[in-house]
Order: sequence, then C-alpha cells, then structure tokens
Amino acid sequence: MAEEPTSETEEAAEAAGMRSLPDHPVLAGLLEPFADVEWQPSGDQDTAIVPKDQLRDFARAAREAGFEMLVDVTAVDYLRRRRVRFEVVAGLLSLEHNVRLRLRVPVDEDDSTVPSLVPVYSGANFFERETFDMFGIIFEGHPDLTRILLPDDWAGHPLRKDFATGAVPVQFKSSPQVT
Amino acid sequence: MSDDTNRPVREIRDVWITPDEAPEWMRHATDEGAQTMRWDESQQRLVEQTGVRVEDDYVLDDEIPEDERMIINMGPQHPSTHGVLRLQIELEGEIVRRVKPIIGYLHTGMEKTGETLTYMQGGTNVTRMDYLSPFFNELVFSLAVEKLLAVEIPPRAQAIRVLMTELNRATSHLVSLATQGMDVGALSMMLYGFRERELILAFFEKTTGLRMNHNYIRPGGVAADLPDGWEDDIEEILQKTPVGLADYEDLLKANPIWEGRTRGVGVISPEECFAYGITGPPLRATGVDLDLRKSQPYSGIDQYEFDVAVGSHGDVYDRYRIRVQEILQSLRIVQQVADQMPSGDYRTDDHKVTPPPRKRIDESMEALIHHFKLFTEGFKVPEGEVYTAVESPRGELGCYLVSDGSAKPYRMHIRAPSFANLQGLPIMMADSLVADSVATIASVDPVMGDVDR
Repeated sequence: MAEEPTSETEEAAEAAGMRSLPDHPVLAGLLEPFADVEWQPSGDQDTAIVPKDQLRDFARAAREAGFEMLVDVTAVDYLRRRRVRFEVVAGLLSLEHNVRLRLRVPVDEDDSTVPSLVPVYSGANFFERETFDMFGIIFEGHPDLTRILLPDDWAGHPLRKDFATGAVPVQFKSSPQVT
Repeated sequence: MSDDTNRPVREIRDVWITPDEAPEWMRHATDEGAQTMRWDESQQRLVEQTGVRVEDDYVLDDEIPEDERMIINMGPQHPSTHGVLRLQIELEGEIVRRVKPIIGYLHTGMEKTGETLTYMQGGTNVTRMDYLSPFFNELVFSLAVEKLLAVEIPPRAQAIRVLMTELNRATSHLVSLATQGMDVGALSMMLYGFRERELILAFFEKTTGLRMNHNYIRPGGVAADLPDGWEDDIEEILQKTPVGLADYEDLLKANPIWEGRTRGVGVISPEECFAYGITGPPLRATGVDLDLRKSQPYSGIDQYEFDVAVGSHGDVYDRYRIRVQEILQSLRIVQQVADQMPSGDYRTDDHKVTPPPRKRIDESMEALIHHFKLFTEGFKVPEGEVYTAVESPRGELGCYLVSDGSAKPYRMHIRAPSFANLQGLPIMMADSLVADSVATIASVDPVMGDVDR
C-alpha cells in the first residue's frame, strides 16, 4: 500500500530517460533544478530523497518555494536491512500552498554526518539535537549539538537498532549512594 | 571553583559567549565538542530566513561587569514550570537576558518502547505522552496505522472520535487556564478550571473506564460504544461549561491586574513562529490562522461548523483569549456531533484489525481464530512509511510510522508540539521581568510528558 504502482505514463517517461516529477506545480518547480534529488510518489505524502551534500541548498530552495515551516526532523535505523544504514527524515509544511513534503536523506554508517538545517530553519535546533541524542548522527554546523533528552554522560544512542535493551542497569548521573 | 558546581554556568557560557571572550575556567568542552553560537551569526540567520529583522536573543552593547549578571536555575522542581522543565536564566537585576530550556527529566524512551509493542498495544504507550490530551495521541497513532492498513472507519466511530477529542481539547485548555491563572496570582482560577474539567472527565471515565490514559481510540475505531444516556451527559456538559466560562470572563477578561500581567508580555512574531516551528495557540495568537482541522481535516471534522480563533498581538493575553474561544468552539462542535451522531458500528468490521463481538466467538470458529490471533500476535501492517498530523490543543501533533510488514512498528516517532513550542521560550522571555517569565511559560502550556516522551 505504500508503494503505488507506477502508471504507464511514468514508466514511459522513465524509459525515455526522463525523471518523473510531481503533478503539483510548486513541488515540480522545486524539484526541477535538482537533478540528483529523487522524487517518490507515495500514497501518503510526497517524498524527496535528497543526497546529503545538496540538503542545505534544497532546503533553502524549498523555503523560498513557500515551505515556511520545518515541522519535524527524525531518523530511522535500517540496520542490516538497507545498504545505507540511516535515513534522516525531515518534514516540511507550506501554509501558503497547504502542502507537505518529506525529505529523506540517506546517511552512511561510516560517515554519519549530515549538514545541519539550522542555518535554514532555526527550528531544526531541538529536533536535530534529539536525533543526535537518539541515533548519534552528527549535524554539521549545528550551534549546540549536545544531548537533549538523555543525561550528558549516557553511553550509546538508544534508538539505534543495535542498542541493547533489557537487563541493562539504569544509568544515573552521579547519584548519591543510598544505604 | 569546584568542578561540578559550576558546570551549568560553564555550559551556558559555552553557548552564549565566544571562546575568545571567555576566560579559561569558563570553557567547558562537552563530550561532542564545544560549539558556540555568536549573537551576530544567529541574527544573520534569522534575517536570512525571515527577511525581517527580528529580536532573537539579547546581548548588551555596553560592558557590564561580570558580577552584575547572575545565572539562576528555574526548575526542574519549580511549581510554575508545569512539571520538570528547567530553565537556565541569565539575569541582570530583575531583567531576564538569556534563557536556555533544559529538558529530558521525564524522558522514558517511549519511542523505543513503541517498537516493542504491537499495533494493538501501541495505544497504551502513546496515550501517556501528552497526558493532558491523551485522546489526541491515540487518534494520531490510530490514523497513522489506519493509513498504512487502508481500512475504512465507520461514520459513527469517526463521530465518536471527534466528540471525544473536542471534549478533550476543552479539558486541556481548562487546565491551561487554571494553571495559568494560578501562576499569575488568580488563585480562584485553579479551582474553577478543575471544577469544569471534572464534569467532562467524569464523562470520559463513564465511557472509557479511565480519567486519563484511556486507550479508547484504537486502530480500526474506538474501544467501546458510548454508554447509555450519553446524550444527557453531553447536554449537562454543554449547559454547565459555558456558565463556568462566563465566570472566568468576569474574573479575568477585563481584570486590570490580569491585563497588566499578560498584555504585551511574552510577545513573538509570526516570522519567528515559522522559523522555530511553533504551532497551536502561540502561532494563532500572532494572527496566523493555521488550524489543521481546517487546512488538513481528519476524522471528518470538516463537516462540522466552527471558527478558528486568531489573535493579533502574539502576547500572553491573546493566547489566553484563544484558549477561551477554542473551548467554546469545541463545545459548538460537540453540540453538532451529538445532534448528528450516526448510527452503526463503532469500529470497523474487518476482524483482522478489530476483535470480533464476544457473542460471535461462541458460535464461529473463524471468529475465535481471529480473536486468538489478534491478542497473541496482533495484526500485520503492510510495509511503508506514513506521517499523520492532528491539531492537538498544543499545536501540530504528528506521528511518523515506519512498518516493515510485521505486527510491530519498525519505527514510531511522535512529533510533539510542546517540544517545538519550547524553542520559542528564549525569544518570548528575553528582556522581560522574571515575574513575567512565569506568565510566559504558562501561556505556551508545555506538557513535559509530551516534550520528553
């Protein structure tokens, strides 16, 4: 249900070496100059798969195209399920056009850095800190990339799929010994 | 200077003062490497982003001797921080110069827990996030699961969902008014707000069995039909709540003390709201009429008539006015739902998703199998990813769900409105009095369960 079967016209376009572009004029105009950004039609929400070196330029273009608000930044850990382990997912909302756009940025395990979106959308600050906290993804250019929800001295990043759960003593920061 | 006592001081210096300005003892490298944010950089960023010059943070132009600045910690046990919010406030006399919210004291790893619970059990988990508006959490999670499943929800279930969520919006805003009143010194508000809320919570208890954390809205519909005589309860709520609200208006609306404490306090502009992803009443108070119930309606809420309350000044007073008006608008929706309540099923009859009726289990083998499978291994959800959003009392509440085709979510992320709205606090509080900071926190109405998850 997630993957809509591609229609015949799209298949024909792909065969001719053309990129399929969304029907929505705003989205089409946004995606057109970015040849490396892949657009994925989904039954749910328009999704753009953005290479990380183009992320900031793309976000800047998106903001100019009317996506005023960065709604959410998070990540998914596809451990041993995909070739590229992480995927940073960001949600954009345009009030002007009443459209949502999802950005997906594949992030390799060996080089788990992504350019921060804070220079474009200041609101990315907390969300990126949370994603760093939970997944250990480094957002380059973030003004204050520290742990936000977990204690500063916590070891590991719990939302990674290989983070051991259960039977792990709860880590407390310098808790006094109660006898 | 012992190491640990000055740690917060040094942390805040790290962020606000450039390394060259700070003396050696102030520098404190975090584990991930110290980062600094310069005042002019952050200004430049905002100008670039919004096209206007907005006041983001405050740095004094003239030199102030070190001993005139003081950093205090407000919270996490301060009663007016609405839970366990901690604010590092840099004071210059009575004036708040800089603020840094520090959160995480209520973090319980609910997103991780969500990966180990089946879609059937997931509701019990998400309902505990924003504990003042649990129905919205359940709704957004259920909507996400249903979108992946592509199941049709019967009209009665949708109407019940709208009824419960809108009543929940009223209770949530009532708590907000009550606690805000108490924070600013109107102590009677605390009693009044909870009095009206109690009436609605009694109805919740009658319907769902619990006053909070209901797990009532589930994928496929709702857990149970409305109780007998629910029309009378709704009638009572619809009659009594506006009377109580009229009391609040007498108490607060034109009260010079209340106005003095809230007008022109904690101001934020629409551009700043967009930049920081602030939604809900704080955004609407600036005059932007973003309400997902209108722009991206869910559960058939677009078939009911209601108005979106907007303010114009973006201050604490406008946020308070919006909450009062939203309670009235919610009651207006509740009235319409009660009048037009469709008959029929309260959940989908797809027994792969919802359990079969108890009676059928005695007579049908298939029903028994469905029942057994559902409660042992849950139902499987097709592969895919989905994002759904609803307008919670605090703003856009979203659920991002990734399914790998099994009976448990591969990744369940909740976009918490309080979490994003907290980012606006440093802007709202800068250059105001310490006493005003309490009014400002209350007007954002953060629920720490929602912030920390």
